[in-house]
Amino acid sequence: MQPVGAAAPLRVDIAEKTFRSAQGVSVTALKNLSFEVRQGEFVCLLGPSGCGKTTTLRILLGLDRQFSGSFQLPGGRIAAVFQEPTLLPWRTVEQNVRLALPKDLRMQNLDALFDTLGLTGMRSLYPAELSLGLARRVALARAFAIEPAVLFLDEPFVSLDGRTAGQLRRLLLDVWSARPTTALMVTHNLTEALALSDRIIVLAPRPSHVLGVFDIGLPRQHRSPEAANDLLRSFHRKFPGVT
Amino acid sequence: MTIDDGGEHTLGEAAGISKGSVSAAMLMPALTVTISLLGLGLLWSLAANTWPSRAFPGPGQVWQVLLREAASGDLFYHLGATLGRVAAAYLVAMIVGSVIGILLGSYRRADRFFNPWVILFLNVPALVIIVLAYIWFGLNEAAAIGAVAVNKIPNVVVTMREGARALDPRYAEMAAVYRFGPLDRLRHILLPQLQPYLAAASRSGIALIWKIVLVVELLGRSNGVGFQIHLYFQLFDVAAILAYTLAFVAVMLVIELVLVQPVERHATRWRRRPA
Repeated sequence: MQPVGAAAPLRVDIAEKTFRSAQGVSVTALKNLSFEVRQGEFVCLLGPSGCGKTTTLRILLGLDRQFSGSFQLPGGRIAAVFQEPTLLPWRTVEQNVRLALPKDLRMQNLDALFDTLGLTGMRSLYPAELSLGLARRVALARAFAIEPAVLFLDEPFVSLDGRTAGQLRRLLLDVWSARPTTALMVTHNLTEALALSDRIIVLAPRPSHVLGVFDIGLPRQHRSPEAANDLLRSFHRKFPGVT
Repeated sequence: MTIDDGGEHTLGEAAGISKGSVSAAMLMPALTVTISLLGLGLLWSLAANTWPSRAFPGPGQVWQVLLREAASGDLFYHLGATLGRVAAAYLVAMIVGSVIGILLGSYRRADRFFNPWVILFLNVPALVIIVLAYIWFGLNEAAAIGAVAVNKIPNVVVTMREGARALDPRYAEMAAVYRFGPLDRLRHILLPQLQPYLAAASRSGIALIWKIVLVVELLGRSNGVGFQIHLYFQLFDVAAILAYTLAFVAVMLVIELVLVQPVERHATRWRRRPA
């Protein structure tokens, strides 16, 4: 990993990632996976469950170094929203967000961010007092508070009911639009990918590699339910068999 | 670093209302404890009156001795000496034991190598360690405190090793992604997760340590509760032995109530209380 200027794209070129099970059986999770995310672009990695999407994110986050290949991150801070909210249960909502900030920004005013995400009244609550949907919002607040150069999201809306997930997607777009950040989101939900991203990178099942790229030319504010249906149809024309 | 919880306390009023009932709820257990202890005292007094003997004084006699020793200042001098040793041995044992325990819990190969050592030290009798410490290092304070600490360290190691094994890697990964500094990791990631184990090691630690401190004082010190008990044992003065014992138990009880329990309540304030 070699951080370069903030305007640099996110460039991924993973040659191979292999897991070795306790019995000594090795499974190749990723093979020749390469793609690029331009600065300020919101890209979704779409693929079936277990195809190595989370593995890719873990490599990019520097949590897994056992792989061959290389990647390049834009210079600056990295933020992640994990599958689980991963809030510290022993710290309040506000402390959880502030702890992620670099020391010199810890006392920064976060009112606007908490307000956008509807968390103003919950700043002094502990995570155990929040619903899963609210905890996910705090995880989003933590990621956006640090004003990252690149943002990674790992299926941040799984195991939420449809209405809450939709509401959270709108909130995500609200905070993201306020300061468009290079973002890479992993999902297996096509509708979600079509609603949020600029481009969708479709992954093949294990060993994972890029099957193709779907460019959504349409600006987000024009993605009405009808337009979304058209997008879905053209996606299925291009990638038959991918759901 | 300080984190300001500047949020509005929307629950403030609700908390205000419940405060009155909380103090009433705390009064009942206190009353129960008082009655229970009075009952024990009464039983003791009855037994001492039924079988009057110099070897079995009643609570009144013990109280007289306690007042006499307190008035002369002896009581506080010896209690202070013992308490100082307990505190020093406790600190050394907790710090050394925690560091070793966390290391062993984090590195499995080191654990496999050192585990026999831990088991060995767990099973060496306290008396042997004390005697050897006095022989090797002389009849001095460092040998006394060190011997007590060495007796307690293996227990702390075993408890903290379990704690380190139970650490949740997700929090460490979150801290790595958000680039937490080493101090923040210790304070906000590591210690809160280890807190239940630290509390368990402390609880069992204080009780064990003060008993061993008495033995150390009996064998090789010229002050402290253990020294006094040894002295009054030679004089066959059971009332004085009981007076010193009860005084020190009372001191430990006060420490438990005003120090250990409030610290623990503060450390676990984030856990959801059963309604």
